[in-house]
Amino acid sequence: MNVLVFLIPVSLALGALGLVACIWTLRAKQYEDLEGAAARILLEDGEPDQSADAITSDSPAS
Amino acid sequence: MTALADPHALPASDQTQTVILSVPDMRCAGCIAGVERALNAMPSVAFARVNLGDKQVRVTGAFADALPLIEALDKAGYAAAELDEAALAPKVDVEGRALLMRIGVAGFAMMNVMILSVAIWSGATEVTRDLFHWISAGIALPALAYSARPFFASAAKALSARRVNMDVPISLAILLAAGMSLHETWIGGEDAWFDAAVSLTLFLLIGRYLDHRTRRSARSAAAALTALEVPRATLVVDGALSTVPTAELVVGDIIQVAAGGRLPVDGDVIEGRANLDRSMLTGESLPVLASAGASVAAGETVIDAPLTLRVTAVGEDTSLRRMARAVAVAEGARGRYVALADQAARIYAPLVHGLAAAGFLGWFLATGDVHKSLLVAVATLIITCPCALGLAVPAVSVAASGKLFGMGLLLKSSTALERLAQVDAIVLDKTGTLTTGQAKLDHLDPQAAQVALALARASDHPVSRAIAAALSTVAAADITDIQEVSGEGVTGLWQGAPVRLGRGPNGTELTMPGRDPINVTPEEVLRPGAIELVRAAQQAGMPVTLLSGDRTAPVRKVAEALNLPDWQAEASPADKLQILRDRAATGQRVLMVGDGLNDAGALSAAHVSMAPATALDAARAASDAVLLGGDLSIVPKTLRITRLARSRMLQNFGLAATYNAVSIPLALAGLASPLMAAAAMSTSSILVVLNALRLGGRP
Repeated sequence: MNVLVFLIPVSLALGALGLVACIWTLRAKQYEDLEGAAARILLEDGEPDQSADAITSDSPAS
Repeated sequence: MTALADPHALPASDQTQTVILSVPDMRCAGCIAGVERALNAMPSVAFARVNLGDKQVRVTGAFADALPLIEALDKAGYAAAELDEAALAPKVDVEGRALLMRIGVAGFAMMNVMILSVAIWSGATEVTRDLFHWISAGIALPALAYSARPFFASAAKALSARRVNMDVPISLAILLAAGMSLHETWIGGEDAWFDAAVSLTLFLLIGRYLDHRTRRSARSAAAALTALEVPRATLVVDGALSTVPTAELVVGDIIQVAAGGRLPVDGDVIEGRANLDRSMLTGESLPVLASAGASVAAGETVIDAPLTLRVTAVGEDTSLRRMARAVAVAEGARGRYVALADQAARIYAPLVHGLAAAGFLGWFLATGDVHKSLLVAVATLIITCPCALGLAVPAVSVAASGKLFGMGLLLKSSTALERLAQVDAIVLDKTGTLTTGQAKLDHLDPQAAQVALALARASDHPVSRAIAAALSTVAAADITDIQEVSGEGVTGLWQGAPVRLGRGPNGTELTMPGRDPINVTPEEVLRPGAIELVRAAQQAGMPVTLLSGDRTAPVRKVAEALNLPDWQAEASPADKLQILRDRAATGQRVLMVGDGLNDAGALSAAHVSMAPATALDAARAASDAVLLGGDLSIVPKTLRITRLARSRMLQNFGLAATYNAVSIPLALAGLASPLMAAAAMSTSSILVVLNALRLGGRP
């Protein structure tokens, strides 16, 4: 049963990782437009999909 | 809306601003790309981001106003309108995000506790079992303290008001399960119910979140409708025109209202001569003429020519607002309506508490063992957990209101869905609801139309004005020697020959040289779907009534066109209200559809009410639902879907009750185990959700 000493912390850590990821998606506002997010996957690359970090790369004059 | 609105990320410009446009036609990925491409191609736009769920696009850039953006979208094939940001619901959904966070924590706790519980159910004993119980307690107790807080808060509120709601048995079950499990863990007992307490919380939080989502999306869509009427007016200062928000107008300002515009304020006409559509205020379908010196009121629509006004009342002082306040009646039938979920809670809570208490007493009297008796009582509370009940209504609401929204019906009230399902009679307004509020006269050839317009303009008779309004897109012919004979008509000379517009054997006729008299009585345009609505209701055996403030003749005409025997004309707002109240008193559950201020009282007195999106905001505010498109045929479809939804809710209650009927005897007999509770809880919840989702597939 000594293996439990490792397994239980490992399983809890993995679970906590999931929780942290969930909180991160919330903070990143990924639940604001679920319908749009589902549709955007159909857009081709190079279409104007402006995620938060695309602002700087997309100059106003484009 | 998105993280994009950060102004620091933008190129520096003192003109940089953000506008929100409503683009109602966006439905798919192609539209997202089209709209964003069209806007991003403009040099003044820094970026544009679509929110498909809200059908809005947020544009940031250095532009003076939204007009060029709307034109660019128009060229790309999308009708767009500016939204008034102040009138929109706050974009950040604090409550929803807090609920999601609680769901995340409860989900994490449930998964980990469940892994440990499976080990215990598989036969872990002695020290291992105790260790697992302690770890479960370490995870579950803080998670519960955080996640279940909304239930505790709501239960405490209900109890302090001496009421019992669904959250009271929920909180009691969670608290007792956690407390007793801790005790069992302490004394090294066999069963702990941490997994049940946590999964109960998780399932109920999901139900709560679904409920919140439906209500919030309805609220923000309703706010977007209000925001659509961008309160802007054209201010005239020393001959120069400028666009200002209506809120900034003061008494004495001079404003201009273009043809087709709705008057934002009360005023006196100082220049111009135009026909006004007052149907929003009175139901009257014939236009009224306004020229210099006339007083006009907010809510009236200018039909054919621009008017210049001096403002006499603004904001809350306008006659529209005063009338709206006057018709705001006390809560009608809807105030007494008790939501299905609350009805269920009223039966459920005392029943479960009674059973648990009976279980405790029975075991205590039979065995004298307090510990065992308490175990039985708590097991009963947990196993009858209302998680299927908590999901029964929200899951159906989400499926049904999403479907209705897709069809173009926005539910504003949280119980509108259930009340729509009970409708057994329909009352319809005419002008603006069954008809579009415009007259049509499209069977005239261009020449006849030009002559008719020139003659009609010369007269102030209501029918002439209606003809002139219906022909407002035509250029008038050149006619000389125009004479009006009172009660007979207008005559004149056109290209040297006499022409006449006036009374004939079959209504108003136009006489032109060398042609038979042409009937030019304007016809009201029926809204698409009006005939289908009436036919569908009649086939379903539902009485339909046409209740209008307009004069008898046009009402009879529309009623005949719709094959509707039951109609009443010249009904004042008070008449309408009284008729609706009388109907309610006889037990009828009336659906009222109306758009004007004169309907507002009746709309709030009806069992459930709808208004078209073009309705006056006082009418929309008084309604439970808003028809976003112009088509009325979705009304019968709505009634069918809501009936289906209500029966799904009742089925879900049945499913939950069946589970309880099986599990309660086992729990009372002292045979319930945590494994059983976990299995019953998840299967019943999943069944209920699946049953709700069946609704989405129906046409």
